[in-house]
Amino acid sequence: MHLAYPAVLAALLFCVGLYGVLARRNAILVLMSVELMLNAVNLNLVAFDVWLRDTLHTGQALTLFTIAIAAAEIGIGLAIVLMVYRNGGTSDIDKLRDTTEVPGADDPTEPAGPDTAAGEKAEATA
Amino acid sequence: MNPVLAAEAPGFLSPTGVEIAFLLVGLVTLAAAAVTVTTKQLVHAALWLVVALGGLAVEYLLLTAEFIAWVQVLIYVGSVVVLLLFGLMLTKAPIGRSPDADSGNRVAALAVALAAAAALVWVVVDAFRTTWIDLDGPAQGATRVSGEILFRHWVLPFEALSVLLLAALVGAIVLSRRDRTESGPAQEGKR
Amino acid sequence: MTTTTLAVLVPLLPFLGAAAGLLLGRRAPGFVRPLAVLPTLAAAVLAVLVAARQGGGDTIAAATRLTPTGSVPIDLALHIDGFAALVAVLVGVVASCVQIYSTGYLRDDPRYPSYAALVSLFTSAMLLVVYSGDLMVLLVGWEIMGICSYFLVGHYWETPEARAASLKAFLVTKLGDVPFLIGLFALAADTGTFRISGILGAVAGDGLDHPTLIALLLLAGVAGKSAQFPLHTWLPDAMAGPTPVSALIHAATMVAAGIYFVARLLPLFAASAAALTVLAVMAAVTMVGSALAALAQDDIKRVLAYSTIGQLGYMAGALAVGDRGAAVFHLLSHGAFKALLFLAAGVIIHAAGTNSLTAMSRMSGLTRRIPDAYWTMTVALLALAAIPPFAGFFSKEAVLVAAEHTALGDRTVAPAGAGWTILVAGLLTALLTAAYATRLWLLAFRGRGSAAPDHGRQPLAMNTVLWLLAIPSLAFGLAVVRLDDWFDGHALTPTAVTAVLGTGIALVGGLVTYAVWRSLSVKAARLPAGPATPETVAHPDAEPALVEAEALQLPHPASGPTDPGRPLLGPLHRHAADGFHLDAVYTALFVRPVLAAASLVRFLDREVVDTYVSGAGTGTNWLGRAVRRAQTGNVQTYLSALLAGSVVLAIAAVLVAAGA
Repeated sequence: MHLAYPAVLAALLFCVGLYGVLARRNAILVLMSVELMLNAVNLNLVAFDVWLRDTLHTGQALTLFTIAIAAAEIGIGLAIVLMVYRNGGTSDIDKLRDTTEVPGADDPTEPAGPDTAAGEKAEATA
Repeated sequence: MNPVLAAEAPGFLSPTGVEIAFLLVGLVTLAAAAVTVTTKQLVHAALWLVVALGGLAVEYLLLTAEFIAWVQVLIYVGSVVVLLLFGLMLTKAPIGRSPDADSGNRVAALAVALAAAAALVWVVVDAFRTTWIDLDGPAQGATRVSGEILFRHWVLPFEALSVLLLAALVGAIVLSRRDRTESGPAQEGKR
Repeated sequence: MTTTTLAVLVPLLPFLGAAAGLLLGRRAPGFVRPLAVLPTLAAAVLAVLVAARQGGGDTIAAATRLTPTGSVPIDLALHIDGFAALVAVLVGVVASCVQIYSTGYLRDDPRYPSYAALVSLFTSAMLLVVYSGDLMVLLVGWEIMGICSYFLVGHYWETPEARAASLKAFLVTKLGDVPFLIGLFALAADTGTFRISGILGAVAGDGLDHPTLIALLLLAGVAGKSAQFPLHTWLPDAMAGPTPVSALIHAATMVAAGIYFVARLLPLFAASAAALTVLAVMAAVTMVGSALAALAQDDIKRVLAYSTIGQLGYMAGALAVGDRGAAVFHLLSHGAFKALLFLAAGVIIHAAGTNSLTAMSRMSGLTRRIPDAYWTMTVALLALAAIPPFAGFFSKEAVLVAAEHTALGDRTVAPAGAGWTILVAGLLTALLTAAYATRLWLLAFRGRGSAAPDHGRQPLAMNTVLWLLAIPSLAFGLAVVRLDDWFDGHALTPTAVTAVLGTGIALVGGLVTYAVWRSLSVKAARLPAGPATPETVAHPDAEPALVEAEALQLPHPASGPTDPGRPLLGPLHRHAADGFHLDAVYTALFVRPVLAAASLVRFLDREVVDTYVSGAGTGTNWLGRAVRRAQTGNVQTYLSALLAGSVVLAIAAVLVAAGA
């Protein structure tokens, strides 16, 4: 079998996952896209392992590890998404803009934004 | 085409049976993946992901890596997708079409993805145009072989990985646990 | 001890006294007075001793080189000839008198310690100038005097007049010092040494390459220090300082330094006829102008200040005709009687409670209140007016004789034109000097009106000093028969022609002034009396220095009806009273352009330079605002940009690897 087939398939899968990561709004869909990208890498690893006839089977071992790490990642990632959803009421990535540069935020004379004010209040009560 | 060269490295115009199967399954996988990242129905995306991952498992089988294929089916299709569905449910994802599934970043994302795809495909094809995988002989990924290799040569990373999984387990529990006090998590989140 | 050691101690002692006074002034107030008086007194005694040992004989020269300084060496050198020895005696005596007088005059002044230390430093600097045999070391003393005069004139720095006067004194003398310094360098470049003996040797030998240029540059510094036209304007304003400081500056130290410097290097100046002519014209303009101005002043100390300028003009005139013996002779006698005049004026101001002559002319009985000041002042004024046999007569005659000899061609050191200029101006000034001396005496001591207030006797220290200084004012002229040996050797005795001419003119001036005053008094007696009591200071019983400081603030009353200056000067009076508007001219010529340039620079700085500065800030601000828009907080946007960049970089890397 030509190596080009799995290699091209892996590249295309990777790019589809890339698009998903960049374009999807829901955080869980983004996680799915990440899985696609990881699988693209796995396919590459397996294909090259078979091609090289590696006696140590490095490619397949690494694939297994990647799968395990991906499982861990999805667990942690979902936990984080759940927490964000619980705290913010949404799991839309483009609504999670805590790092936004608020205009005039560096100007102490202007009143602080509602978020920072709430944060300060929470800190004061804590 | 030069017959000698063709004998050494068979051309793309006369594919073998395995190649045809790989191509067809690959197309299905790619299509499923594309639908996964474009569909407006969130639950459908998870289901199409099952198709894509399952297609990949078939590809692994075609590449004689049977153990990987079964692991793929077990872990991805069996647990990861189930987890994702749970996540969708827990975050109260809308059932049915949601028009705002894609963010405003779509055009940029498409451009970047296409550019990356073009670059990668070009490079890969340019590099591995004539490379041939010999699938005959002993299966590279037989379960027995994989097991021996894994527990003979890769046992230390394997154990380290188990520690990592444990840490992830603990982390996930800590993260998703609700505090007993009512106001605790809210404060944590705002900070 | 050798004479050299003694001579080294002379400037060193007041310096150490000044240092100790500044260090201990606050901690040990009891030591301040001894530390002020004793070192200066000791320096005076040592100076007398040095003079006695030197005895007008050979020059005492000693030098030590501390460290190599490059192409032109600088030595710590002594150069004591008759001039140096006698001038040092004058400086020591006058400084001692001033220090003793100050203990009474500023007895309650809180800043007395620093004042006394500065006076000591001033004295030390002048003694350094006098004894130094190296021009660079001389320059050190010269500049220390400049800064000391700044501090001392500004002693009452609470008053704006004193601040302005101290700044003016410093700046105007510095204006002369810059060309002076350049002149010194040019001189060293020509002769290859800063040693006076070396320079004089070079002048006597091969001559200089640029004698006129060097002499004129040096003359600028001399004009600044010795208050010669056109740099004399700081001196009348320097009256804002305490009276003892005025006495010190005018009699012995600061203004004498310029004359003394020229006297030391006279052969250098004599090498250039142009320089001597310039000096002669400068001296003539100075003496006549200042005498006219003195006749119109109302402030007693300003009269004395202008008289100092005029007498310095005499000295400069003597130098211009190449007779440094006469110049230094006049310097010595003038030092004695001018110190006396100022110190007595301090007493008068204290007693009268005002420094205005017009106000004094409305008081009677001032002579009874301060008999010591009255008699000594009379002696000093007679000396100033050059009436025989007082000191001023002999020294002024020496100047006039030298001028006459030069004019008639008996002396060939200087051009005859310079001699004529000095002779005519000198005689005219003698007339005017006698006139303003008479006017001062009449207005101060022959006033009519309410009785002068009684503040008790003046401090003993002040009166003693007055009488001490009256002795040389009275009798120093008689030393003329012995002085030839100390100076260049030619006779300084008066000749019949100039003696008769000079004395006659002086008598005419005095008598005319008296006659005018007399007729005015008769007229004034018929008129209704003016304001009953003249305006005096608020605290007449305070210490003298405080009275003077307050007197400075008083408005000067309109010229009194008995002032003989006004009818004598006629239409000139208004201009003379204002110092011939030189200050206004300077304001128009220098101050306003400088202020305009300063405001232009300020405008450029504020409007042009600052625009760039704030523009840089604003530009960065705007740029920051533009960049801030990219910070949306959307992670996907960031990631898109990051990956796009990665793709571009990867493609570039591949292209480079594959293509080239």
